Amino acid sequence: MGPFLETLLGGLMVGMLYSLVALGLVLIFKASGVFNFAQGAMVLFAALAMARFAEWLPHLTGYDNKFVNNVLAFAGAALVMVLFAWVVQKLVLGKLVNQEGITLLMATLGITYFIEGAGQMLFGNDIYKIDVGMPKDPMFLFEKTFQGGILVNQEDLAAALIAAVLVALLALFFQKTATGRALRAVADDHQAAQSIGIPLDRIWVIVWSVAGIVALVAGAIWGSKLGVQFSLSLVALKALPVVILGGLTSIPGAIIGGLLIGVGEKLSEIYLGPHLGGGIEIWFAYVLALVFLLVRPQGLFGEKIIDRV
Amino acid sequence: MAGRPIGEVILDVHNLSLRFGGVKALSDISFDVREHEIRAIIGPNGAGKSSMLNCINGVYQPQEGSISLRGQTFRHMNSRQVAQMGVARTFQNLALFKGMSVLDNLMTGRHLKMRANLFQQAIRWGAAEREETEQRVVVERIIDFLEIQPYRKIQVGRLPYGLQKRVDLGRALATEPQVLLLDEPMAGMNVEEKQDMSRFILDVNDEFGTTIVLIEHDMSVVMDISDRVVVLNYGRKIGDGLPEEVRTNPEVVSAYLGTVH
Amino acid sequence: MLYRENGQFKTSYRADQQIFPILQDRIAIALFLAFAFVAVPLLGSEYFLRAILIPFLILSLAALGLNILVGYCGQISLGTGAFMAVGAYGAYNFMVRIDGMPLIVALLLGGLMSTAVGVLFGIPSLRIKGLYLAVATLAAQFFADWAFLRVPFFTHSSSSGSVSVASLSVFGLPIESPISKYLFCLSFLCVFGLLAKNLVRGHIGREWMAIRDMDVAAAVIGIRPVYAKLTAFAVSSFIVGVAGALWGFVYLGSWEPAAFSIDRSFQLLFMVIIGGLGSIMGSFFGAAFIVILPLMLSQVPQWLGIPLSVVTASHLEFMIFGALIVFFLVVEPHGLARLWSTAKEKLRLWPFPH
Repeated sequence: MGPFLETLLGGLMVGMLYSLVALGLVLIFKASGVFNFAQGAMVLFAALAMARFAEWLPHLTGYDNKFVNNVLAFAGAALVMVLFAWVVQKLVLGKLVNQEGITLLMATLGITYFIEGAGQMLFGNDIYKIDVGMPKDPMFLFEKTFQGGILVNQEDLAAALIAAVLVALLALFFQKTATGRALRAVADDHQAAQSIGIPLDRIWVIVWSVAGIVALVAGAIWGSKLGVQFSLSLVALKALPVVILGGLTSIPGAIIGGLLIGVGEKLSEIYLGPHLGGGIEIWFAYVLALVFLLVRPQGLFGEKIIDRV
Repeated sequence: MAGRPIGEVILDVHNLSLRFGGVKALSDISFDVREHEIRAIIGPNGAGKSSMLNCINGVYQPQEGSISLRGQTFRHMNSRQVAQMGVARTFQNLALFKGMSVLDNLMTGRHLKMRANLFQQAIRWGAAEREETEQRVVVERIIDFLEIQPYRKIQVGRLPYGLQKRVDLGRALATEPQVLLLDEPMAGMNVEEKQDMSRFILDVNDEFGTTIVLIEHDMSVVMDISDRVVVLNYGRKIGDGLPEEVRTNPEVVSAYLGTVH
Repeated sequence: MLYRENGQFKTSYRADQQIFPILQDRIAIALFLAFAFVAVPLLGSEYFLRAILIPFLILSLAALGLNILVGYCGQISLGTGAFMAVGAYGAYNFMVRIDGMPLIVALLLGGLMSTAVGVLFGIPSLRIKGLYLAVATLAAQFFADWAFLRVPFFTHSSSSGSVSVASLSVFGLPIESPISKYLFCLSFLCVFGLLAKNLVRGHIGREWMAIRDMDVAAAVIGIRPVYAKLTAFAVSSFIVGVAGALWGFVYLGSWEPAAFSIDRSFQLLFMVIIGGLGSIMGSFFGAAFIVILPLMLSQVPQWLGIPLSVVTASHLEFMIFGALIVFFLVVEPHGLARLWSTAKEKLRLWPFPH
């Protein structure tokens, strides 16, 4: 039972990281109807920026306080993501306003390739460290119930907490603020929103900036755990099945979808893997998403898709 | 006015009701259409006219009621089956194949007549080439009829609106229909274009005997060319009969026509 | 003055329906084919044939297949690599498990295997569109990545994880030298190109485009979306499968699943977008572009005297690809093929401006 719970918790932790990436995807889709294939690359880009800023700043400022350094690096990276959002709006989204989803999807594919190359050219392509001072020691819980206790990573717990706070803030933002309402209106119908005076381009810059900062948080947490490297953007490809499962338009769906995928992957690898030759993690999430697509395309919490003529 | 004597009932709608979630698009609609006639459906925007046509074509599935076509009654219409039974339509929003030329759009209308299989088409030489040429002959007749010869190789997306409307009609005609459903064929046209379109519609009805069901907002056109009129309002039928009867019906007048002209 | 249709009146629909109605085009194509079949093998260097032309030909074929699905029928696919893999491993298995299997038959059978898988993964397209379909095709991609690595049956229980093919021959003639490989691939491309063009200008092509442009109106005419979509998947994956088999057999000689990874899928999609969606010529343009670009990136800085490290060049390649995708989608969604036909239009009027 102990090992099972450990696997479960491990899966939950990985899943939560998937959720963070998926969150950015859902945000952009909810507010602009665009499926942002580049979300994973944005995570990498943001993380690279932060890691390198953290390295370079002490040399620039001569100041060596780690906490201040990290805060400044985070702020710098956030600024970079806002700038990125602005450029994307100006050069890509603004020019493709009334095109179909496929065109926009392929445009985000182009953006993916671009920032993968640009990020590495600007910030380098080694493995970089992000040290945000997360507690790295493992903890043992429930020592009385299970022998030896269950190994839990404190870092993962802290990450889970941060993610939870982030989700709550975002949910509040969408539901309670005027900007959030405007974002939902835009997601529903671009032209209608425009006709009542909502400034589409400014809205999209806001959305992509927020998604960029979410990507930054995801990248910081993930980078702190695994180190910032190119493979980060590949892991982010897993975010797609997550949003399929959870529903493209649902923030809670992104979280729950992420957790389910994370747990599912780990459990299926352990219990199903040996029968099939191992290594099934690479397709488990996708095949699960495929099943959902056939049975319930809107996912667990998404809105039903109606085709009107 | 119809050129040929009006025949038996060819299309019959029984107690049709259609809902989208909480919105009732059609409530308990019944009317019939006789062969060779020109039947107009009129009513304010949102009255359910297009939804009515969509039900007949199998695009929407009504929750209640049934539709009879040539005596056969169906609860649910299947688009392909309806096409096979000789019903064609045009769309209010011009559902043209924007990426294809005028000629290709019309040729798609010949779909049900195409017999060559995949392999024959891949080789092309022989059966597929012959068939392509035969169907081209038919389509060219329609192109002549609609006077769109200079535009046949142009991508429809680039044509002006009035010509696109004609291509839409041409595609429907290419299916050699017995019943033609026209959804606002004259929307957005000027007086001359409307006259042309009216002439085409009357010619189709006259020469080929095609039964026409026509959604139209221009009252003078409706009064001029239709044999009978159905009036819808908020998904309900509020008038049904000859144009003069409908025009003086007080409910119709207050809902739609304004003062009596 | 040179390129005019004047005096070329068509007196039959059949003449009007030709692939190249304009006489000058027919002459140009004939000359081009003669050049390709005769002059290139004689004049081209081994490196040019082996490293540039052969991959270009095979990738053109794959792009052609993908264009049918994405460009003509409007169904997105991010799993092209997987279908190439099925073709390659399928052909491989037929080759090694059946004695005396002729090469061409093995390649075609590989294509048929790919067709079967393609139709299977086309079934979701009946219910889902766009992005959702993209995810389904990605499932195919990742599943294939795994299957050809972990399932021993597919690799004929190869211990190294990679498979290889021995000497190839057709009707007793060996296909070993770059020239013979080049002519072999060129022949395949010409045959398949012609068949594809015929399909695309025939009725099924119109069905595909109708489904792409307005599937509700298509249904009302009597077109069956099921048939149209599944045939698009079938034809597309057949061509892609054969291309995959050619890639493995003729170009690589020996391969692992990584040769058909998701990068390959994206590469092919880029070829189709940049070359021109819904255009046979476009597939060739796109393939040429994508094959030439890395070469340009490595050669041009040298000519200009600016040294670029290999790593930086590869980053630059990524950036240029990405930027070009966006550029084409914004400025000319019909890709290089549209630019080409616009240029031809201008040539028809030359020396007059309009």
